[in-house]
Amino acid sequence: MDFLRTSGGLRSGSTRGSAMRVTVLVPGVLRQHAGGAREVELDLPAAGATLAAALDVVAARHPALERRLRDERGALRRYVNLFVDGEECRRLAGADTTLRDGAEIQVIPSIAGG
Amino acid sequence: MAATVLLVIGTRKGLWLARSRDGRASWEVTGPHHPMVEVYSAAIDTRGPVPRVLVGLSSEWFGPNVAISDDLGASWREPATAPIAFPTGTGAALRRVWQITPGPTDEPDVVYAGVEPSALFRSADGGRGFELVQGLWDHPHRPDWQPGYGGQAIHTVLPDPVDHRRITVAMSSGGVYRTFDGGENWSAANRGIKAGYLPDPYPEFGQCVHKVASCPARPARLYAQNHGGVYRSDDGADSWVSIADGLPSDFGFAMVAHPSRRDVIYTFPLKADSERFPPDGRCRVYRSEDAGASWEARTAGLPDEGFWTAVLRDSMCSDDADPAGVYFGSRTGEVYASRDEGESWAQVAAHLPDVTCVRAAVV
Repeated sequence: MDFLRTSGGLRSGSTRGSAMRVTVLVPGVLRQHAGGAREVELDLPAAGATLAAALDVVAARHPALERRLRDERGALRRYVNLFVDGEECRRLAGADTTLRDGAEIQVIPSIAGG
Repeated sequence: MAATVLLVIGTRKGLWLARSRDGRASWEVTGPHHPMVEVYSAAIDTRGPVPRVLVGLSSEWFGPNVAISDDLGASWREPATAPIAFPTGTGAALRRVWQITPGPTDEPDVVYAGVEPSALFRSADGGRGFELVQGLWDHPHRPDWQPGYGGQAIHTVLPDPVDHRRITVAMSSGGVYRTFDGGENWSAANRGIKAGYLPDPYPEFGQCVHKVASCPARPARLYAQNHGGVYRSDDGADSWVSIADGLPSDFGFAMVAHPSRRDVIYTFPLKADSERFPPDGRCRVYRSEDAGASWEARTAGLPDEGFWTAVLRDSMCSDDADPAGVYFGSRTGEVYASRDEGESWAQVAAHLPDVTCVRAAVV
Protein backbone atom coordinates (compact mmCIF):
# COMPACT_ATOMS: atom_id res chain seq x y z
CA MET A 1 0.00 0.00 0.00
CA ASP A 2 1.37 3.33 -0.99
CA PHE A 3 0.97 5.09 2.29
CA LEU A 4 3.41 2.69 3.87
CA ARG A 5 6.11 4.56 1.95
CA THR A 6 5.13 7.94 3.31
CA SER A 7 6.25 9.36 6.59
CA GLY A 8 2.79 9.20 8.08
CA GLY A 9 3.70 6.39 10.42
CA LEU A 10 0.93 4.05 9.30
CA ARG A 11 1.49 0.35 9.22
CA SER A 12 0.11 -2.46 7.13
CA GLY A 13 -3.37 -3.30 8.27
CA SER A 14 -4.43 0.27 8.98
CA THR A 15 -8.10 0.65 8.37
CA ARG A 16 -9.50 2.33 5.30
CA GLY A 17 -11.00 4.88 7.65
CA SER A 18 -7.59 6.46 8.27
CA ALA A 19 -6.59 6.36 4.64
CA MET A 20 -7.82 7.80 1.40
CA ARG A 21 -7.22 7.45 -2.27
CA VAL A 22 -6.41 10.11 -4.84
CA THR A 23 -5.72 9.86 -8.53
CA VAL A 24 -3.01 11.55 -10.58
CA LEU A 25 -3.84 12.07 -14.24
CA VAL A 26 -0.61 11.86 -16.22
CA PRO A 27 -0.26 13.73 -19.53
CA GLY A 28 0.99 11.82 -22.54
CA VAL A 29 4.40 13.45 -22.52
CA LEU A 30 5.11 12.10 -19.03
CA ARG A 31 3.54 8.65 -19.22
CA GLN A 32 6.82 6.96 -20.05
CA HIS A 33 7.92 8.00 -16.56
CA ALA A 34 4.86 6.40 -14.95
CA GLY A 35 5.16 2.99 -16.52
CA GLY A 36 2.93 4.11 -19.37
CA ALA A 37 -0.04 4.77 -17.07
CA ARG A 38 -2.62 7.46 -17.82
CA GLU A 39 -3.69 7.45 -14.20
CA VAL A 40 -1.80 6.69 -11.02
CA GLU A 41 -3.85 5.90 -7.93
CA LEU A 42 -2.30 6.77 -4.60
CA ASP A 43 -3.32 5.71 -1.12
CA LEU A 44 -2.55 8.36 1.46
CA PRO A 45 -3.02 8.70 5.18
CA ALA A 46 -6.10 10.87 5.60
CA ALA A 47 -4.36 12.97 8.21
CA GLY A 48 -2.13 15.54 6.52
CA ALA A 49 -3.17 14.52 3.02
CA THR A 50 -1.76 17.35 0.97
CA LEU A 51 -0.58 17.67 -2.58
CA ALA A 52 3.00 17.54 -1.28
CA ALA A 53 2.28 14.30 0.55
CA ALA A 54 0.80 12.84 -2.62
CA LEU A 55 3.91 13.83 -4.56
CA ASP A 56 6.04 12.15 -1.89
CA VAL A 57 4.23 8.93 -2.73
CA VAL A 58 4.75 9.56 -6.43
CA ALA A 59 8.46 10.04 -5.68
CA ALA A 60 8.62 6.61 -4.11
CA ARG A 61 6.71 4.86 -6.88
CA HIS A 62 7.72 6.86 -9.94
CA PRO A 63 10.77 8.99 -9.11
CA ALA A 64 11.34 9.86 -12.76
CA LEU A 65 7.84 11.35 -12.89
CA GLU A 66 8.06 13.21 -9.60
CA ARG A 67 11.34 14.92 -10.37
CA ARG A 68 9.74 16.40 -13.47
CA LEU A 69 6.99 17.94 -11.36
CA ARG A 70 9.09 19.53 -8.61
CA ASP A 71 12.73 20.20 -7.82
CA GLU A 72 14.88 18.72 -5.07
CA ARG A 73 13.61 21.33 -2.61
CA GLY A 74 10.07 20.21 -3.24
CA ALA A 75 9.18 23.37 -5.18
CA LEU A 76 6.71 22.83 -7.99
CA ARG A 77 8.26 23.39 -11.40
CA ARG A 78 7.27 26.74 -12.81
CA TYR A 79 5.77 25.55 -16.06
CA VAL A 80 3.99 22.49 -14.77
CA ASN A 81 0.46 23.11 -13.58
CA LEU A 82 -1.18 20.77 -11.09
CA PHE A 83 -4.94 21.05 -10.95
CA VAL A 84 -6.61 19.68 -7.81
CA ASP A 85 -10.21 18.83 -8.58
CA GLY A 86 -10.10 21.27 -11.46
CA GLU A 87 -8.45 24.17 -9.65
CA GLU A 88 -4.84 25.11 -10.34
CA CYS A 89 -3.06 24.45 -7.07
CA ARG A 90 -1.33 27.83 -7.03
CA ARG A 91 -4.78 29.39 -6.64
CA LEU A 92 -5.27 27.17 -3.62
CA ALA A 93 -2.46 26.52 -1.17
CA GLY A 94 0.15 25.30 -3.64
CA ALA A 95 1.89 22.15 -2.49
CA ASP A 96 0.13 22.51 0.87
CA THR A 97 -3.28 22.16 -0.74
CA THR A 98 -5.36 19.70 1.26
CA LEU A 99 -6.70 16.75 -0.69
CA ARG A 100 -10.09 15.13 -0.18
CA ASP A 101 -10.68 11.41 -0.46
CA GLY A 102 -11.15 10.73 -4.16
CA ALA A 103 -9.39 13.89 -5.26
CA GLU A 104 -8.13 14.14 -8.82
CA ILE A 105 -4.74 15.71 -9.50
CA GLN A 106 -4.34 16.61 -13.14
CA VAL A 107 -0.86 17.38 -14.45
CA ILE A 108 -0.85 19.83 -17.36
CA PRO A 109 2.38 21.32 -18.70
CA SER A 110 2.03 25.03 -19.45
CA ILE A 111 1.79 26.38 -22.92
CA ALA A 112 5.07 28.24 -22.89
CA GLY A 113 8.13 29.01 -24.95
CA GLY A 114 8.67 29.79 -28.59
CA MET B 1 40.34 4.00 -43.72
CA ALA B 2 39.67 7.32 -42.03
CA ALA B 3 38.65 7.27 -38.40
CA THR B 4 35.06 8.16 -37.58
CA VAL B 5 34.67 11.55 -35.94
CA LEU B 6 31.55 12.41 -33.97
CA LEU B 7 30.47 16.02 -33.60
CA VAL B 8 27.87 16.66 -30.91
CA ILE B 9 25.81 19.82 -31.43
CA GLY B 10 23.71 21.03 -28.53
CA THR B 11 21.05 23.66 -29.19
CA ARG B 12 18.24 25.47 -27.43
CA LYS B 13 15.78 22.95 -28.82
CA GLY B 14 17.55 19.67 -28.98
CA LEU B 15 20.64 17.77 -29.97
CA TRP B 16 22.06 17.08 -33.41
CA LEU B 17 24.80 14.59 -34.13
CA ALA B 18 27.17 14.81 -37.08
CA ARG B 19 29.37 11.92 -38.09
CA SER B 20 32.17 11.86 -40.60
CA ARG B 21 33.79 8.72 -41.93
CA ASP B 22 35.89 10.31 -44.64
CA GLY B 23 38.45 12.35 -42.81
CA ARG B 24 35.93 15.07 -41.95
CA ALA B 25 35.33 15.93 -45.61
CA SER B 26 31.60 15.28 -45.31
CA TRP B 27 29.16 14.88 -42.45
CA GLU B 28 26.01 12.90 -41.91
CA VAL B 29 23.79 14.92 -39.60
CA THR B 30 20.92 13.44 -37.55
CA GLY B 31 18.48 15.10 -35.21
CA PRO B 32 16.80 16.45 -33.35
CA HIS B 33 17.54 14.07 -30.52
CA HIS B 34 15.86 15.23 -27.29
CA PRO B 35 13.63 17.64 -29.26
CA MET B 36 12.44 20.80 -27.52
CA VAL B 37 14.91 20.29 -24.70
CA GLU B 38 17.85 22.64 -24.35
CA VAL B 39 21.19 20.85 -24.54
CA TYR B 40 23.51 23.21 -22.74
CA SER B 41 26.45 20.89 -22.15
CA ALA B 42 27.92 17.79 -23.73
CA ALA B 43 30.91 15.53 -23.48
CA ILE B 44 32.32 12.62 -25.43
CA ASP B 45 34.10 10.33 -23.01
CA THR B 46 36.52 8.14 -24.92
CA ARG B 47 38.27 6.58 -21.91
CA GLY B 48 36.12 3.47 -21.66
CA PRO B 49 35.69 0.41 -23.89
CA VAL B 50 33.04 2.27 -25.92
CA PRO B 51 32.72 6.01 -26.38
CA ARG B 52 30.09 7.52 -24.12
CA VAL B 53 28.15 10.65 -25.00
CA LEU B 54 26.80 12.64 -22.07
CA VAL B 55 24.50 15.62 -22.45
CA GLY B 56 23.18 18.10 -19.93
CA LEU B 57 19.51 18.69 -20.67
CA SER B 58 17.31 21.55 -19.50
CA SER B 59 13.60 21.30 -20.06
CA GLU B 60 11.67 24.51 -19.50
CA TRP B 61 8.90 22.35 -18.13
CA PHE B 62 10.48 19.37 -16.45
CA GLY B 63 13.82 20.63 -15.19
CA PRO B 64 17.44 19.63 -15.72
CA ASN B 65 18.77 16.18 -16.45
CA VAL B 66 21.77 14.24 -17.72
CA ALA B 67 21.34 11.67 -20.48
CA ILE B 68 23.91 9.08 -21.51
CA SER B 69 24.38 7.17 -24.74
CA ASP B 70 26.82 4.31 -25.21
CA ASP B 71 25.88 3.74 -28.85
CA LEU B 72 26.71 7.14 -30.34
CA GLY B 73 23.23 8.53 -29.86
CA ALA B 74 21.14 5.62 -31.14
CA SER B 75 19.62 5.27 -27.67
CA TRP B 76 19.73 7.27 -24.44
CA ARG B 77 19.44 6.51 -20.77
CA GLU B 78 18.14 8.89 -18.16
CA PRO B 79 18.19 7.69 -14.56
CA ALA B 80 14.91 7.48 -12.65
CA THR B 81 16.27 9.53 -9.78
CA ALA B 82 17.86 12.90 -10.48
CA PRO B 83 21.50 12.36 -11.51
CA ILE B 84 22.45 15.76 -10.11
CA ALA B 85 20.62 17.20 -7.14
CA PHE B 86 21.64 19.52 -4.36
CA PRO B 87 21.58 17.85 -0.95
CA THR B 88 18.85 18.73 1.49
CA GLY B 89 20.17 21.49 3.69
CA THR B 90 21.89 23.44 0.94
CA GLY B 91 18.60 25.16 0.13
CA ALA B 92 19.60 25.07 -3.51
CA ALA B 93 18.02 23.48 -6.55
CA LEU B 94 19.77 22.55 -9.76
CA ARG B 95 18.90 24.95 -12.52
CA ARG B 96 21.11 23.91 -15.42
CA VAL B 97 24.12 21.73 -16.17
CA TRP B 98 26.65 24.04 -17.80
CA GLN B 99 29.57 21.69 -18.18
CA ILE B 100 30.26 17.98 -18.29
CA THR B 101 33.92 17.00 -18.23
CA PRO B 102 35.41 13.51 -18.10
CA GLY B 103 38.00 13.12 -15.36
CA PRO B 104 41.65 12.20 -15.83
CA THR B 105 42.70 8.98 -17.50
CA ASP B 106 43.69 7.32 -14.24
CA GLU B 107 40.13 7.81 -12.92
CA PRO B 108 38.17 6.37 -15.85
CA ASP B 109 34.82 6.44 -14.07
CA VAL B 110 35.08 10.00 -12.79
CA VAL B 111 33.07 12.70 -14.52
CA TYR B 112 32.65 16.28 -13.34
CA ALA B 113 29.70 18.58 -13.82
CA GLY B 114 29.74 22.35 -13.42
CA VAL B 115 26.27 23.66 -12.71
CA GLU B 116 24.03 26.61 -12.00
CA PRO B 117 23.90 27.79 -9.26
CA SER B 118 27.69 27.75 -9.05
CA ALA B 119 28.70 24.33 -7.82
CA LEU B 120 30.82 21.39 -8.85
CA PHE B 121 29.51 17.83 -8.83
CA ARG B 122 31.55 14.65 -9.15
CA SER B 123 30.44 11.31 -10.49
CA ALA B 124 32.32 8.11 -9.68
CA ASP B 125 30.20 5.92 -11.95
CA GLY B 126 30.70 7.39 -15.38
CA GLY B 127 28.07 10.10 -15.09
CA ARG B 128 25.04 8.15 -13.91
CA GLY B 129 24.99 9.82 -10.51
CA PHE B 130 26.82 12.83 -9.11
CA GLU B 131 27.61 14.17 -5.66
CA LEU B 132 28.20 17.76 -4.64
CA VAL B 133 31.85 18.71 -4.11
CA GLN B 134 31.21 20.13 -0.70
CA GLY B 135 34.54 21.90 -0.30
CA LEU B 136 33.79 24.36 -3.07
CA TRP B 137 30.17 24.79 -2.02
CA ASP B 138 31.38 25.73 1.48
CA HIS B 139 33.89 28.26 0.17
CA PRO B 140 33.63 31.53 2.12
CA HIS B 141 33.60 33.49 -1.13
CA ARG B 142 30.43 31.82 -2.36
CA PRO B 143 27.94 34.35 -0.96
CA ASP B 144 29.76 37.02 -2.97
CA TRP B 145 29.72 35.21 -6.31
CA GLN B 146 27.33 37.04 -8.57
CA PRO B 147 25.32 35.92 -11.58
CA GLY B 148 26.44 36.97 -15.01
CA TYR B 149 23.92 37.77 -17.70
CA GLY B 150 23.32 34.10 -18.37
CA GLY B 151 23.16 32.99 -14.75
CA GLN B 152 25.60 32.17 -11.99
CA ALA B 153 27.35 28.96 -12.89
CA ILE B 154 30.53 26.98 -13.09
CA HIS B 155 31.09 26.73 -16.82
CA THR B 156 34.63 25.38 -16.94
CA VAL B 157 36.05 22.28 -15.28
CA LEU B 158 39.64 21.31 -16.02
CA PRO B 159 40.87 18.22 -14.21
CA ASP B 160 44.64 17.95 -14.40
CA PRO B 161 45.36 15.05 -16.77
CA VAL B 162 48.29 13.86 -14.64
CA ASP B 163 47.44 14.66 -11.02
CA HIS B 164 43.80 13.95 -10.27
CA ARG B 165 43.96 15.96 -7.04
CA ARG B 166 44.37 19.13 -9.08
CA ILE B 167 41.25 20.63 -10.60
CA THR B 168 40.70 24.11 -11.98
CA VAL B 169 37.21 25.55 -12.38
CA ALA B 170 35.92 28.89 -13.63
CA MET B 171 32.65 30.64 -13.08
CA SER B 172 30.79 33.75 -14.16
CA SER B 173 31.14 35.65 -12.12
CA GLY B 174 33.60 34.71 -9.45
CA GLY B 175 36.54 33.80 -11.64
CA VAL B 176 39.03 30.96 -11.52
CA TYR B 177 39.38 28.62 -8.53
CA ARG B 178 41.59 25.60 -8.07
CA THR B 179 42.17 22.77 -5.67
CA PHE B 180 45.29 20.72 -5.05
CA ASP B 181 43.69 18.13 -2.78
CA GLY B 182 40.89 16.66 -4.84
CA GLY B 183 38.28 19.23 -3.93
CA GLU B 184 38.43 19.76 -0.18
CA ASN B 185 40.15 23.14 -0.29
CA TRP B 186 39.89 25.74 -3.01
CA SER B 187 41.58 29.06 -3.63
CA ALA B 188 40.87 31.88 -6.04
CA ALA B 189 43.41 32.17 -8.88
CA ASN B 190 42.71 35.42 -10.68
CA ARG B 191 45.89 37.45 -10.23
CA GLY B 192 46.26 39.62 -13.31
CA ILE B 193 42.71 39.20 -14.61
CA LYS B 194 40.85 42.48 -14.78
CA ALA B 195 37.33 43.09 -13.55
CA GLY B 196 36.68 46.41 -15.24
CA TYR B 197 33.19 46.65 -13.81
CA LEU B 198 34.27 46.61 -10.14
CA PRO B 199 35.67 49.46 -8.02
CA ASP B 200 38.87 47.45 -7.54
CA PRO B 201 39.72 46.28 -11.08
CA TYR B 202 42.06 43.54 -9.83
CA PRO B 203 40.22 41.86 -6.94
CA GLU B 204 41.07 38.45 -5.50
CA PHE B 205 37.87 37.11 -7.04
CA GLY B 206 34.74 38.37 -8.74
CA GLN B 207 36.06 38.38 -12.29
CA CYS B 208 33.67 37.40 -15.05
CA VAL B 209 35.82 34.79 -16.72
CA HIS B 210 33.94 33.46 -19.73
CA LYS B 211 36.00 30.39 -20.56
CA VAL B 212 39.30 28.77 -19.63
CA ALA B 213 41.11 26.22 -21.77
CA SER B 214 44.21 24.18 -21.15
CA CYS B 215 46.53 22.18 -23.32
CA PRO B 216 46.61 18.51 -22.32
CA ALA B 217 50.27 18.43 -23.30
CA ARG B 218 51.08 21.15 -20.79
CA PRO B 219 48.31 21.46 -18.21
CA ALA B 220 50.06 24.25 -16.28
CA ARG B 221 49.43 26.49 -19.26
CA LEU B 222 45.96 27.97 -19.28
CA TYR B 223 44.19 30.40 -21.56
CA ALA B 224 41.22 32.53 -20.56
CA GLN B 225 38.64 34.56 -22.43
CA ASN B 226 37.40 37.10 -19.94
CA HIS B 227 34.49 39.54 -20.00
CA GLY B 228 36.92 42.07 -21.44
CA GLY B 229 40.40 40.61 -21.63
CA VAL B 230 42.20 37.58 -23.01
CA TYR B 231 44.84 35.99 -20.81
CA ARG B 232 47.42 33.25 -20.50
CA SER B 233 48.88 31.61 -17.44
CA ASP B 234 52.10 29.62 -17.59
CA ASP B 235 52.08 28.64 -13.94
CA GLY B 236 48.83 26.78 -13.41
CA ALA B 237 46.81 29.96 -12.74
CA ASP B 238 49.19 31.46 -10.17
CA SER B 239 49.24 34.53 -12.40
CA TRP B 240 47.82 35.71 -15.72
CA VAL B 241 49.18 37.98 -18.45
CA SER B 242 47.24 39.66 -21.23
CA ILE B 243 47.42 38.17 -24.71
CA ALA B 244 44.75 40.43 -26.19
CA ASP B 245 47.13 42.44 -28.41
CA GLY B 246 46.56 41.52 -32.01
CA LEU B 247 42.88 40.68 -31.59
CA PRO B 248 40.22 43.04 -32.95
CA SER B 249 38.49 42.97 -29.57
CA ASP B 250 39.17 41.57 -26.13
CA PHE B 251 35.55 40.52 -25.68
CA GLY B 252 34.12 37.13 -26.49
CA PHE B 253 33.09 33.86 -24.96
CA ALA B 254 34.99 30.97 -26.51
CA MET B 255 38.55 29.82 -25.90
CA VAL B 256 39.85 26.56 -27.33
CA ALA B 257 43.24 24.95 -26.93
CA HIS B 258 44.75 22.68 -29.55
CA PRO B 259 44.69 19.09 -28.33
CA SER B 260 48.44 18.56 -28.67
CA ARG B 261 50.23 21.72 -29.86
CA ARG B 262 50.57 23.66 -26.66
CA ASP B 263 51.05 27.09 -28.22
CA VAL B 264 48.01 26.92 -30.51
CA ILE B 265 44.68 28.42 -29.44
CA TYR B 266 41.47 29.64 -31.04
CA THR B 267 38.92 32.26 -30.12
CA PHE B 268 35.99 34.04 -31.70
CA PRO B 269 36.08 37.76 -30.79
CA LEU B 270 32.93 39.81 -30.45
CA LYS B 271 33.02 43.58 -30.68
CA ALA B 272 32.14 44.44 -27.07
CA ASP B 273 29.82 43.51 -24.24
CA SER B 274 27.50 46.22 -25.53
CA GLU B 275 27.71 44.87 -29.11
CA ARG B 276 27.88 41.13 -29.07
CA PHE B 277 28.55 40.64 -32.76
CA PRO B 278 31.74 39.82 -34.63
CA PRO B 279 33.50 43.08 -35.55
CA ASP B 280 31.98 44.40 -38.80
CA GLY B 281 29.70 41.37 -38.97
CA ARG B 282 32.54 39.27 -40.36
CA CYS B 283 32.78 35.64 -39.34
CA ARG B 284 36.39 35.21 -38.28
CA VAL B 285 38.12 32.66 -36.09
CA TYR B 286 41.33 33.98 -34.60
CA ARG B 287 44.19 31.56 -34.16
CA SER B 288 47.45 32.04 -32.35
CA GLU B 289 50.34 29.65 -32.87
CA ASP B 290 52.62 31.31 -30.33
CA ALA B 291 50.55 31.15 -27.15
CA GLY B 292 48.86 34.47 -27.78
CA ALA B 293 51.88 36.59 -28.70
CA SER B 294 50.31 37.13 -32.12
CA TRP B 295 47.00 36.32 -33.77
CA GLU B 296 45.73 35.78 -37.28
CA ALA B 297 42.19 35.68 -38.58
CA ARG B 298 41.23 32.48 -40.34
CA THR B 299 38.41 33.11 -42.77
CA ALA B 300 38.65 30.66 -45.67
CA GLY B 301 35.23 29.13 -46.15
CA LEU B 302 33.52 31.41 -43.64
CA PRO B 303 30.93 34.12 -44.45
CA ASP B 304 32.71 37.37 -45.22
CA GLU B 305 29.89 39.66 -44.17
CA GLY B 306 26.48 39.78 -42.60
CA PHE B 307 27.32 37.41 -39.75
CA TRP B 308 25.36 39.26 -37.06
CA THR B 309 25.37 36.52 -34.51
CA ALA B 310 27.61 35.18 -31.75
CA VAL B 311 29.47 32.07 -30.70
CA LEU B 312 28.79 31.07 -27.10
CA ARG B 313 31.44 29.87 -24.67
CA ASP B 314 30.98 26.16 -25.27
CA SER B 315 30.02 26.46 -28.90
CA MET B 316 33.59 26.10 -30.05
CA CYS B 317 35.83 23.07 -29.61
CA SER B 318 38.56 20.96 -31.07
CA ASP B 319 38.65 17.22 -31.62
CA ASP B 320 41.48 14.82 -30.82
CA ALA B 321 42.39 13.86 -34.37
CA ASP B 322 45.67 14.57 -36.15
CA PRO B 323 45.59 17.06 -37.73
CA ALA B 324 43.19 18.55 -35.25
CA GLY B 325 39.68 19.54 -36.21
CA VAL B 326 38.15 22.74 -34.92
CA TYR B 327 34.42 23.44 -34.78
CA PHE B 328 32.04 26.20 -33.87
CA GLY B 329 28.31 26.88 -33.91
CA SER B 330 26.46 30.17 -33.91
CA ARG B 331 23.38 31.46 -32.19
CA THR B 332 21.75 31.42 -35.62
CA GLY B 333 22.22 27.69 -35.94
CA GLU B 334 25.14 27.44 -38.33
CA VAL B 335 27.91 24.95 -37.60
CA TYR B 336 31.33 25.07 -39.24
CA ALA B 337 34.19 22.60 -39.13
CA SER B 338 37.85 22.82 -40.01
CA ARG B 339 39.79 19.64 -40.61
CA ASP B 340 43.10 21.41 -41.00
CA GLU B 341 43.58 23.08 -37.63
CA GLY B 342 41.59 26.18 -38.51
CA GLU B 343 43.18 26.91 -41.86
CA SER B 344 39.95 26.47 -43.81
CA TRP B 345 36.32 25.87 -42.94
CA ALA B 346 33.23 24.15 -44.30
CA GLN B 347 29.64 24.30 -43.18
CA VAL B 348 28.35 21.18 -41.43
CA ALA B 349 24.80 22.33 -40.68
CA ALA B 350 22.61 25.42 -40.92
CA HIS B 351 19.21 26.60 -39.78
CA LEU B 352 19.44 24.79 -36.46
CA PRO B 353 18.21 26.45 -33.25
CA ASP B 354 20.78 28.52 -31.29
CA VAL B 355 23.88 26.41 -30.84
CA THR B 356 24.74 26.18 -27.15
CA CYS B 357 27.61 23.69 -27.22
CA VAL B 358 29.71 21.55 -29.53
CA ARG B 359 32.06 18.68 -28.76
CA ALA B 360 33.96 16.40 -31.14
CA ALA B 361 36.13 13.32 -30.88
CA VAL B 362 37.43 10.37 -32.80
CA VAL B 363 35.11 7.50 -31.97
